[in-house]
Amino acid sequence: MLAYILRRLLYAVPILIGVNVITFALFFIVNTPDDMARMQLGVKRVTAEAVAAWKSERGYDKPLFVNTAATGTGRVTDTIFFTQSARMFAGDFGRAEDGRDIGHEIQSRMGPSLAIAVPTFVLGLLASISLALLLAFFRATALDFWGVVLCVAAMSVSGLFYIIGGQFLISKVWKLVPISGYAGGLDAWKFLLLPVFIGVVSGLGASTRWYRTIFLEEIGKDYVRTARAKGLPETLILFRHVLRNAMIPILTGVVAVIPLLFMGSLLTESFFGIPGLGSYTIDAINSQDFAVVRAMVFIGSALYIVGLLLTDLSYALVDPRIRFDR
Amino acid sequence: MSFLRSCFCLLPLAFLAACGAEWNDPYPATERGGNILYSAFTERPRHLDPAQSYTEDEGVFTAQIYEPPLQYHYLKRPYTLIPGSAEVVPVARLFDAAGRELPANAPAEAVARSVYEIRIKPGIRFQPHPAFALDAVGQPRYAALDAQQLAGIERLADFPETGTRELTADDFIYEIKRLAHPRVHSPIFGMMAERIVGLKDLGARLAAATAAAPAGSWLDLDRFPLAGVEKLDRYRYRITIEGKYPQFLYWLAMPFFAPVPREADRFYSQPGMAAKNLTLDWYPVGTGPYYLSENNPNSRMVLSRNPNFHGETFPCEGTPADAASGLLADCGKPLPFIDQAVFTREKEGIPYWNKFLQGYYDASGISSDSFDQAVRFSGGGEVQLTDDMRDKGIRLLTSVRASLFYMGFNLLDPVVGGLSERNRKLRQAISIAIDQEEFISIFMNGRGVPAMGPLPPGIFGYEEGLAGINPVVYDWIDGKARRKSVAEAKRLLAEAGFPNGRDAKTGEPLVVNLDTTGGGMGDKSNLDWLTRQFAKIDVQLVVRATDFNRFQEKLRKGAVQIYYLGWNADYPDPENFLFLLNGREGRLAHGGENSSNYANPEFDRLFEQMKNRDSDAERLAMIRRMVSLVRQDAPWVFGFHPKSYTLSHAWLLNRKPSEVGNNTLKYQRIDVAERARRRHEWNRPVLWPFALGAAALAALLLPAWGAYRRRERGTSAPQE
Repeated sequence: MLAYILRRLLYAVPILIGVNVITFALFFIVNTPDDMARMQLGVKRVTAEAVAAWKSERGYDKPLFVNTAATGTGRVTDTIFFTQSARMFAGDFGRAEDGRDIGHEIQSRMGPSLAIAVPTFVLGLLASISLALLLAFFRATALDFWGVVLCVAAMSVSGLFYIIGGQFLISKVWKLVPISGYAGGLDAWKFLLLPVFIGVVSGLGASTRWYRTIFLEEIGKDYVRTARAKGLPETLILFRHVLRNAMIPILTGVVAVIPLLFMGSLLTESFFGIPGLGSYTIDAINSQDFAVVRAMVFIGSALYIVGLLLTDLSYALVDPRIRFDR
Repeated sequence: MSFLRSCFCLLPLAFLAACGAEWNDPYPATERGGNILYSAFTERPRHLDPAQSYTEDEGVFTAQIYEPPLQYHYLKRPYTLIPGSAEVVPVARLFDAAGRELPANAPAEAVARSVYEIRIKPGIRFQPHPAFALDAVGQPRYAALDAQQLAGIERLADFPETGTRELTADDFIYEIKRLAHPRVHSPIFGMMAERIVGLKDLGARLAAATAAAPAGSWLDLDRFPLAGVEKLDRYRYRITIEGKYPQFLYWLAMPFFAPVPREADRFYSQPGMAAKNLTLDWYPVGTGPYYLSENNPNSRMVLSRNPNFHGETFPCEGTPADAASGLLADCGKPLPFIDQAVFTREKEGIPYWNKFLQGYYDASGISSDSFDQAVRFSGGGEVQLTDDMRDKGIRLLTSVRASLFYMGFNLLDPVVGGLSERNRKLRQAISIAIDQEEFISIFMNGRGVPAMGPLPPGIFGYEEGLAGINPVVYDWIDGKARRKSVAEAKRLLAEAGFPNGRDAKTGEPLVVNLDTTGGGMGDKSNLDWLTRQFAKIDVQLVVRATDFNRFQEKLRKGAVQIYYLGWNADYPDPENFLFLLNGREGRLAHGGENSSNYANPEFDRLFEQMKNRDSDAERLAMIRRMVSLVRQDAPWVFGFHPKSYTLSHAWLLNRKPSEVGNNTLKYQRIDVAERARRRHEWNRPVLWPFALGAAALAALLLPAWGAYRRRERGTSAPQE
């Protein structure tokens, strides 16, 4: 398995380089270093000299990909692409265009993002699997029918509605928790209750319906019929046999998402005032901060690759037929 | 089940234990009852370095921390400069090219140099800061930190020792030199390099020294003399300006000219500091009434009372309205009143507004979404608070901002440009057709004043009433300005050679192009409305939406026909608006701020005479003539001056809107007991949803449990 993991990690290197090249090309198709300088320096009283000085200090006065004026390796290394990208592979994200350290920023924002995302993810998973099992247990009954109707209705509602409606009802009308805000450490709990609750509820419809379908598919299989024929109680069949066998499709969707929890949620963090990573990339795009954009895209890609790798590895954990020896 | 039951029972108890009185209180229990102002910010400030900070949202912080030599009087209007860290407002001494001193009213063309001698108040001390901490032998305690010493340091507060020292003239000189530092990128360096003697040369020397020095190393600016700025003694320094430039006093009221201690610059430039965001741009060092005690611009920024603040008292003079509204009641009392100001980041308007209504923010603006909830217009068109707001004791403060939004024509364009009578009439017709009053009513909830010229209210040269109307666009009827009719606009258009919107010679329809950064969903209605305004005079408008970068590039290259822009005043002087139309500021020819590339020789000549004059009758006459010229030439469709509406709770006292002075926190006062009472009254938790939730859960689970039992006892599994 170790060889498999190493091989997959080596595959990641060209993928990350490719993603970096595409990000770089797309960014500089839309923005020029001049645009970036003017965005950072402001639009009032900016002189051409100030723009030139800004570019020179940050290395944006170099050619993008190929430096024809340089010789030897300098033709490649003395370019914006190389100077801005190479150090990222060593984990050095450098500074944002406003001078702030990106690694420091990511570190400080990651905690709040995870504080929301992890409980929402875990509780949402537990709740939706439980509900799906319940609906599967009562399949073909009125409870199942109305449960599915509710799920379809719930998944048809915009996430924004849940947020605004939840804030209005729970925080404004009932005054049970703060509408928004955040505090570090243990004080964070009262700010997390509402976004986590809303996150769980807003995701219940779609995931419950999806898991129910998986469970029903398993329930129709021969081994379940055999278990029933042996006289096993329905609950035991569901939890011991159906749930375990349904884990592969569930894991496919779930494990790949786990690393991306680090990236936060734009909407939730914006409305609840959570100082997480959710809006970092969007803010950077708006302020034409290439350093942050490339760092966040790089991290997102790396996490996605890790997620896919974890998914593959988790197959082996739940399905003994799957091995990675070759 | 028993575990779940326990958790369910404990949850409300945990709530009660941790939250105290109000469950939805977003602030720590330790702050309860504190003399703290609570406010919010939407955009994180990008720069807190006084040499870089230029925007309003940054000024909210820097203006409380830094003390430039001058400041604006809090209550007097028109805006009046008074001493800040300086002892008196300096008076420029004027000299001719031969070095002879000239009288104060000498014409600008005779003045070669102006000299400002600034005497600062003795005894002012910097805020406590580790850069001032000294060791046992009197050397800086943290001047040579290595990686190991920095290992446990993440915030400024992690340094165990702090110190302070007295403010001296050197600190002001150091900051002026920083304007020229190539790594600082001060936005005003280009402009000040033309004004302060020797600053341009200093910039070149610093650039060379920076290039020669190792990357990131500290450059001791004391080693680089600046010809135009000299120290006279410990408390006095002198700034020499090229020519006559009375507006320089206004610059002395901005943080660009606030003192920065050399120790702080050196402290922050140590290796490893920037990687932890320990920079002057993140942790300012000032002498003002507050210092930044917490800086997390993603979430919360806290200003705390500077224990070393030298002291100041609440003003005893103001406008007659100030006396009537009780603003002089605190006359002579020591400032600041508030111990701390907590700014929380709120990116979205809805939570911001609701927290204000719950009493968790002391003041708020009014977004479009909540406008109807907060404000209504009386039959006479006057702005009033709604009953809900009045019942809560909320007060409304309005003020016209020192800003202008306008639609500009590119005077270099063959269709809409030029200064011929024909082109002028075309622009005048369009100026009449675009109904600014309707725009303000529909799109701004009435929060704006139609502009009659380039100068906003409150600026010298702005005139009210008949004398102030734009006679090209308005008539004065029944004591009010009335927009001229569409028929009049059509008549002008016909005289311009476009009867019924068609070229009289070719018969082709007149098509004009608007370059804009808008075009998204939110702007569609706005642009549709604008298209209809042009259609009123049979002119076809083509909207060319583009992104911000391309729009700016088009402006720089003069490749636009019509565009929208705005301008916020740097300082309350007509020069700061009229220069936008000065030919020497033409964007294409000179890279300046005149995006219309308007160049009227008479206007330019008058501008040169007006800009450096004191605000006397002769200057007023010049301004009148200049405003009249631009009204006739119509390089802009004068849009509107926005009005700011601010709501504040009854417990927040001494608030007066200021459009140029940002250092207003020190004057404000809070009735803490009243705030606590109101918050408690408005935020009693509603508990019946818990009971309802439990009942609903039971109603769902009990039948399910019954069904489960029946199924388990059944004889066979259901058929698939």
